[in-house]
Amino acid sequence: MAKRVGIEVSLAISEAVKLAQVDAVAAYPITPQTHIVEHLSELVAEGELDAAFIPVESEHSAMSVCAGTSAAGARTYTATSSQGLALMNEILFIIPALRLPIVMTIANRALSGPISIWNDHSDIMSVRDTGWIAIFAENGQEAFDLTLQSFKIAEDHRVLLPISVNIDGFTLSHVIEPHEFLDQEEVNRFLPEYKPAVQLNPDDPVSMGAVGVPEIYAEAKKCQDEVLKGSITVIKEVFAEFAEMFGREYKVVETYQAEGAETLLLTMGSVGETAMEAIDQLRAAGRKVGLVRLRLWRPFPAADLRAAVRGIKTLAVIDRAVSFGGTGGPVAGEVRSALYSVKDAPYVASFITGLGGRDITVDDFIGMANQAEAMAKANEIHEYKMIGVRE
Amino acid sequence: MIEVRVHGRGGQGGVTSAEMLAIAAINEGKFAQAFPSFGPERRGAPVVAFARVSEKRIRNRTKVYTPDVVMVLDPSVLSIVDVTEGLKSDGMLVINSAKSIAELRSEFGFKTSLARVDATHIALQELGLPITNTTMLGATVKAAALVPVEALVGPLEARFGRIAAKNIKALHRAFAETEIEMV
Repeated sequence: MAKRVGIEVSLAISEAVKLAQVDAVAAYPITPQTHIVEHLSELVAEGELDAAFIPVESEHSAMSVCAGTSAAGARTYTATSSQGLALMNEILFIIPALRLPIVMTIANRALSGPISIWNDHSDIMSVRDTGWIAIFAENGQEAFDLTLQSFKIAEDHRVLLPISVNIDGFTLSHVIEPHEFLDQEEVNRFLPEYKPAVQLNPDDPVSMGAVGVPEIYAEAKKCQDEVLKGSITVIKEVFAEFAEMFGREYKVVETYQAEGAETLLLTMGSVGETAMEAIDQLRAAGRKVGLVRLRLWRPFPAADLRAAVRGIKTLAVIDRAVSFGGTGGPVAGEVRSALYSVKDAPYVASFITGLGGRDITVDDFIGMANQAEAMAKANEIHEYKMIGVRE
Repeated sequence: MIEVRVHGRGGQGGVTSAEMLAIAAINEGKFAQAFPSFGPERRGAPVVAFARVSEKRIRNRTKVYTPDVVMVLDPSVLSIVDVTEGLKSDGMLVINSAKSIAELRSEFGFKTSLARVDATHIALQELGLPITNTTMLGATVKAAALVPVEALVGPLEARFGRIAAKNIKALHRAFAETEIEMV
């Protein structure tokens, strides 16, 4: 086993990007993502990473430059958060339609207003339908491993789609914790050189991003959706290959103490780790409660989720963003849709909490498990409940 | 698991002290976390940082609410912040102060085990600056068995480069001069 190194999670991600030997990085600093690209610019300046580091005047430009470098055949990386992601929005839709395998870290942060630099999932939820693959890491090791795996998934010719690797801002990005690194030789064995299927080349010109007239637009969108849905096969293959080579196993839907459970909590991101502490306490008290963690948000792993919750009575979905005026938290809405036609589907409670940097403690998780069971017992009709709000 | 909260003022290096502690523990083969109280940095304002050290993998990612060890870098925060908030009854309070343990107890009513060292005095002599984060690390690892004091030398060398030697001297002096009163 490799030696554990104590390092800030942001810097561990930069090291993964360096080990992936990216060709181009274009980024604009925004809290809490800044340390990642700041460190990458140092690595480029010090000659440790042979890449073009392209500073730009906004995130809209950052993603536009990434589109250009990726289209020219360069392995391309960027990172952002919150308002920065919002400013990229227009270009985000174009990247998957052009089949550009850009990897982006999103250090998840709340959206304004009120102005908040703190962590929740508002930013990623706002770009749900842009067509990017979206993966969540729960700790620094996962952030490191998933960054490397994302290049391999994105660049697979069956995929050729961009990926966002989501890490909770501050809660992960600014924490020093142990990581086991891979060395360059190990990474080279796992991650082959990027070979574009089509690229911009003045000697062999092609058009990218042409107009889609009504006779072709729907077909283009259907193709894009099929590729995104099909990417789950490649994601699972790459996870399996990584586990085989390095011994760390990833699944699109992870479970903890789910066997024999009647109630499951469902989380995305780093709060899943705190939730495990709550599950241990509930199990010790004889309660049949477990945990499901969604690793993959897009494509939504509906079949894997159905298998993970089969036979349980209550599912408490914990969302960290609001779909204002909607019928549930963004994750809960997806979960309910995925389970609606399932016979004997569990009761789904939708809780929204942990907004704008508010901690979700072990006791909060225990409280939500209790509340969800009571709601299920009463078969309480509800859209969603916001937890821990002072009134 | 030992949970640590560091009190100081913005710019005094409280976050760095939490980080040095975590890196030292990880280098010793333990598991550890260090993180700031997330938010904009405000030079001079009272700030906190956190660390956790454990023999097992750490999963809790919330702030530290019930610390085992509280480290106070700046005596002036004692009168404006309740540094004992959530401190376990068998916890350890480590304070930078020129006052004696008896004086600190009578002035602030501290009930837990207490350690004190005049870290500002040591830092001024060794570093020429009243920056007490590395000095107070020496006091803290003497008062609470987090890591051996020698385990901090490597992380301090890596972080402080050419001014590391002065900081390591301050660390060792504080380790030697810290007074501890267990209850």
